[in-house]
Amino acid sequence: MNRTSFRAAIVPGAAALALAVTLSACGAANETGSAASGDGESSGLSGTLSGGGASSQEAAQNAWRAGFQEANPDVTVNYDPIGSGGGREQFTAGGFPFAGSDSYLTDDEGELSAAAEQCGGDPIEIPNYVSPIAVIYNVEGVDELNLSPEVIAQIFNDEITNWSDPAIAELNEGVELPDESITAVHRSDESGTTENFTNFLGTVVPDAWPHGEVGEWPIDAGEGGNGTSGVVAAVTNGTNTIGYADASQAGDLGVASVQVGDEFVAPTPEAAAKILEVSPRVEGRPDVDMAFDLDYETDEAGVYPIVLTSYLIACQTYEDQETADLVKGYLSYIVSDEGQQVAAEQAGSAPLAPSLAEEAIAIVDAISAE
Amino acid sequence: MTAVQLERPTTSRRGDAVFKALATAAAVLILVALAGVAVFLTLEGMPALQAEPGALGGKDNIVLYVWPLVFGTLLAAFLAILMAAPLSIGLALVISHYAPRRLAKPIGYLIDLLAAVPSVVYGLWGIEFLGPRLGTSYGWLEDNLGFLPFFEGPASGSGRTILTASVVLAVMALPIITAICREIFSQTPTLHQEAALALGATRWEMIRMTVFPYGRSGMISAVMLGLGRALGETMAVAMVLSATGVVTFNLISSVNPSTIAANIALGFPEASGIKVNVLIFSGLVLFLITFVVNFLGRLIAARGQIKEGR
Repeated sequence: MNRTSFRAAIVPGAAALALAVTLSACGAANETGSAASGDGESSGLSGTLSGGGASSQEAAQNAWRAGFQEANPDVTVNYDPIGSGGGREQFTAGGFPFAGSDSYLTDDEGELSAAAEQCGGDPIEIPNYVSPIAVIYNVEGVDELNLSPEVIAQIFNDEITNWSDPAIAELNEGVELPDESITAVHRSDESGTTENFTNFLGTVVPDAWPHGEVGEWPIDAGEGGNGTSGVVAAVTNGTNTIGYADASQAGDLGVASVQVGDEFVAPTPEAAAKILEVSPRVEGRPDVDMAFDLDYETDEAGVYPIVLTSYLIACQTYEDQETADLVKGYLSYIVSDEGQQVAAEQAGSAPLAPSLAEEAIAIVDAISAE
Repeated sequence: MTAVQLERPTTSRRGDAVFKALATAAAVLILVALAGVAVFLTLEGMPALQAEPGALGGKDNIVLYVWPLVFGTLLAAFLAILMAAPLSIGLALVISHYAPRRLAKPIGYLIDLLAAVPSVVYGLWGIEFLGPRLGTSYGWLEDNLGFLPFFEGPASGSGRTILTASVVLAVMALPIITAICREIFSQTPTLHQEAALALGATRWEMIRMTVFPYGRSGMISAVMLGLGRALGETMAVAMVLSATGVVTFNLISSVNPSTIAANIALGFPEASGIKVNVLIFSGLVLFLITFVVNFLGRLIAARGQIKEGR
C-alpha cells in the first residue's frame, strides 16, 4: 500500500520539476525581437561565431545577433551569458574567439598576459556597452528626488533610515518627504550591477561606504531581490523603497538625480556616455586597448557617474581566415552607428561617443588572419 | 497434473530471474547514482574548508558561512510543514471520508493539479500577489503582537519575508502530502471502520480509532516527502525571499536568513574558482540534512508500526 501511494505522489512532483526546468531554460534562450537590418550589405560571410561572457550585455548582444544575422543570413552568432569571469577564462583558454567582460583585462591574475599569448599579440578591448545604473525609488507623492553620493551611500549602508532625514531634505527643498522608514533594496544574487554601484560609492565617498567594490551585498540590512527584475519588483510592490537597477528597467518608477559638482544629473544614456569622454585611459596600454579607468569623481557638467561599462575582448589576428572575417564582421556591426543605435533601442544602453566609435571602428577594421 | 506442476515453475522461474535482475539493477543504479552525488559533493566541497573570507562573503570560515543558511533552510521548511501538514491531513480526510463521492474526486484532481504548477510560477505568485497582500497584515502583526520575537518588525512593506516564503512552500508541499494521505486513509479496512461505528463511535471517533492508527506511518512518510520538497525548493524561495544572511526568528521583516538551495541559485551564475566549491559544500550540507531528516522520519514511522503490531 505504501508503494502505490508513494508513486502517486512522486509522479506529479516529477512533472512539476520537469516543467520548471523547461520553463527556466526557455526564459534564458529567449531572444529579443527583430532589429533594423543592414540594407543590402551582403558580405558573403558564412559560418558560426560563438562567444560569451558578461550577462549585462545579453540584451544588447541579442539585439546585435539578430541584426547581424539578418544582414548575413548564412552566419550564426551565439553569445553565452556565462558571466564576465567565465568569458575571460574561456577567451584566454581559446574557447571563445571574442568575449564580453564587465571589467578590462589586468595582470593581477595573469589574464592580460594569457590573453596576449593566446592571441599572439596584444588583445583588443573596446568599451562597447555603457549603461546608466539608476537609483530607483517608490515614495508616494515624491516625483523628483535629488541625492548626493554621500546620502546614497548612507541610505544603502543603513545609516539614514528615514525619508524625512535632514540630509535628504537639504538636497530636496520644497519636496514633501514622508516621515517613514526607508527600505533599501539591493541585489541578493552576485552581480556586475552591484559591483559597479559599490565601486562608485567606494571611490567617491569611501567614508560613508567603507565596504569598497563588491559583487555580493556586504551588509545584513535592507531587502534583497533576485536579479534586476527582482529588485524592480521589490521596489514597485513595496512602500517607501529605494533600490538600484539598470536604468532601462526602471519603468514607471521614480528615478533619482545624482549630484555631480553643483548640479543634479538624471541617468539618461547621453549623460552616461559622457563619462568615457572625461575618464582617463588605463596607462601603459597599446592603441588597440581602449581600457578606461572611470573617473567617478568627475564634476564635469552633465555627466552621470553611476554607469556599468562592459568591454568586448578580441584578438588582432586569428589563425584562420573564416574566424577573422566573422569576428571582424560582427564587431564592426556592434561598434557601427547602426549597431549602437539598435542596442540603445533594445537594451537602453548609451551609444558610444562619435570620437570613440571612430577609434573602435579603426581597431576592428585591422583584424586579420595570420 | 504432475506434468503441469513441473512445467509451470520452469517458465515462471525464468520470468522471476529476469524480473529480479531488472529490479535489482534498478535498485543498484539508484544507489550508485546517490553514491556518485555524495562523492561528487564531498570531493568538490572539501576545498571550501580552506576558503578565505573573500570567497565566503566576508565570513571567517565555512562554518560561519553555512550556519545561517542551515538555520534559514530549517526555519522555512519547518514553518511550511507546520502549515501544510494539518491542512493536508484535513484535506485528505475530506476527500476520503467526509465529502460525497461526486465532490471528492474533483477536489482530489484539483489538489493534484497544484503539484504540476512550476516553481517559478509559484515564485511569481509569491512576489507579485501574495507578498504585497501579506505585507499589510504584517504591519498589523507588528502593532499588535510585536512583543513576540517572531513579530518584532519592522514589518516589510513588500511582504517578501520568510513567513511569505513558508506560505508558498506550504502550498507547494500540500499536494504531495494530501495525495499520499488520501490514498492511505481510503485504504483503512472497512471492517475496522464499521466495527468502530457499530460500537457507537461518532465519525470523528471512528477516524481517530481506526483511520489514524492504521495510516500513521504513511502519514509520517507523506510529511517527510513534503518536508523534502520544502527543504530543497530553490526557485520559488530565491524569488520570493528577501535574503540577507542573518540569523533571526523575526518572521516579518525584510532582513531574513537565506536557504541553502536559494543561496546556490543566487550565487552560482557569477561564481568561479573556490566560490563554486563553497556553494557545493553548502549543497553537501543540505544533502546531509535531507538524509538525517528522512532517517528520523523512518525511525518514527517504524516505532509507530511496532506499537501497532502488539
